Amino acid sequence: MSLVAVIDYGMGNLRSVAKALEHVDPRARVRITDAAADIKAADHIVFPGQGAIGHAMTELQRRQLDQILLQQMGHKPFLGICLGLQVMMDFSEEDGGTGGLGLLPGQVKRFPDPHVDPVSNERLKVPHMGWNQLHQVRPHPLWQGIEQDSRFYFVHSYYVTTEDPDEIAGTCDYGLQFVAAACRDNMFAVQFHPEKSAQAGLKLLENFLQWDGQGG
Amino acid sequence: MGLAKRIIPCLDVDNGRVVKGVQFVDIRDAGDPVEVARRYDSEGADEITFLDITASSDNRDTIIHVVEAVASEVFIPLTVGGGIRKVDDIRRMLNAGADKVGINTAAVFNPEFVKEASDKVGSQCIVVAIDAKQVSGDGESKRWEIFTHGGRKPTGIDAVEWAGRMQAYGAGEILLTSMDRDGTKSGFDLDLTRAVCDAVSIPVIASGGVGNLQHLADGVTIGGADAVLAASIFHFAEYSVGEAKQYMAERGIEVRQ
Repeated sequence: MSLVAVIDYGMGNLRSVAKALEHVDPRARVRITDAAADIKAADHIVFPGQGAIGHAMTELQRRQLDQILLQQMGHKPFLGICLGLQVMMDFSEEDGGTGGLGLLPGQVKRFPDPHVDPVSNERLKVPHMGWNQLHQVRPHPLWQGIEQDSRFYFVHSYYVTTEDPDEIAGTCDYGLQFVAAACRDNMFAVQFHPEKSAQAGLKLLENFLQWDGQGG
Repeated sequence: MGLAKRIIPCLDVDNGRVVKGVQFVDIRDAGDPVEVARRYDSEGADEITFLDITASSDNRDTIIHVVEAVASEVFIPLTVGGGIRKVDDIRRMLNAGADKVGINTAAVFNPEFVKEASDKVGSQCIVVAIDAKQVSGDGESKRWEIFTHGGRKPTGIDAVEWAGRMQAYGAGEILLTSMDRDGTKSGFDLDLTRAVCDAVSIPVIASGGVGNLQHLADGVTIGGADAVLAASIFHFAEYSVGEAKQYMAERGIEVRQ
């Protein structure tokens, strides 16, 4: 029976993530936790998050989760969601400039204000909220059984950009193209909310729980 | 291709059952909320909104159980409105499995609450619900005011200005209901919708008055709404959510299918 640690650092709604994981694998033991022992014992780590990145980094450090995560990151299948993706980057513009965990090379930027679609010339709303298409740019075990350009549920005002194409698993267009999924070795992280993305999202979570962290 | 316009069925919930008032008077029972939510999800609803209209504070917890039950089976965004007055109310809803909460009257009487709420739980969780009624007469330029208590009490607050202020206070989204149209099935107040959509940079959900599928499409193409909300046309199975999406897609509106 696999143990799944959903990292609790006080940011956002973790129940939704836990419920979706329990739904796709009723045998999995899903634990919402900030305890080092749980994270070390876990077979899979899920790193969700909503809200402001400055507060997130402060909370991670205060709970000493940044060090534990960096230790545990080496081998276990790891899934970052939304702010969980952004925190993995080198740097974010948010909160006057915030350093991230630096697990993936890239920056987090705010959508421009006003944000105008260069093609249609329409003003785009920020936050980017709702169902948008995810373009898979490389094969990955987590994409298995998910159709190309499926829609997922997004809600965010900041987006990830990177110069390293090897780390990009999927992109999305919202007036500009941004990194909607990033990966490296045993890590996978997404800007959208798989736990709120109906069948496509549940499939991704199911793939994650079956993933051994290889072949990414 | 890009971001889809959303269709959001709304469930009015009283004491744990789905109901829908026509002008808040004639209430018909449309069933068990979990059953209804499951049906909407299978039809392709983009989100589901619950409006708790339970009058007695003794029975307020019934909505928590509804949200918990729905969130265990339905994996799309869930919004809960009605009776949200404190940050603690918001946390209870989020812990039960809601993704967003609708703040209505409490925002009108205490706008700072919206600021406090968005600071504590993040703007993405905060939907400010605006109930507006036209107050300008014939021949005057159109003006709408916020009304409370189911559309009975005027507040003197201009609805369009209020939307801008709520955005500045940290609202992540606006749920805009025309109290003139709600329950009439005569379509959204499109001038109101357009005025609010133009005044804010956050998404706007149009609500109040949907009687057919053309009304939904008009809310997006004429009103400029990012999402459209309807209750009775879906409850009584006049149309399915899938039919609504098909209709909109045929008119060139991008939807999730």
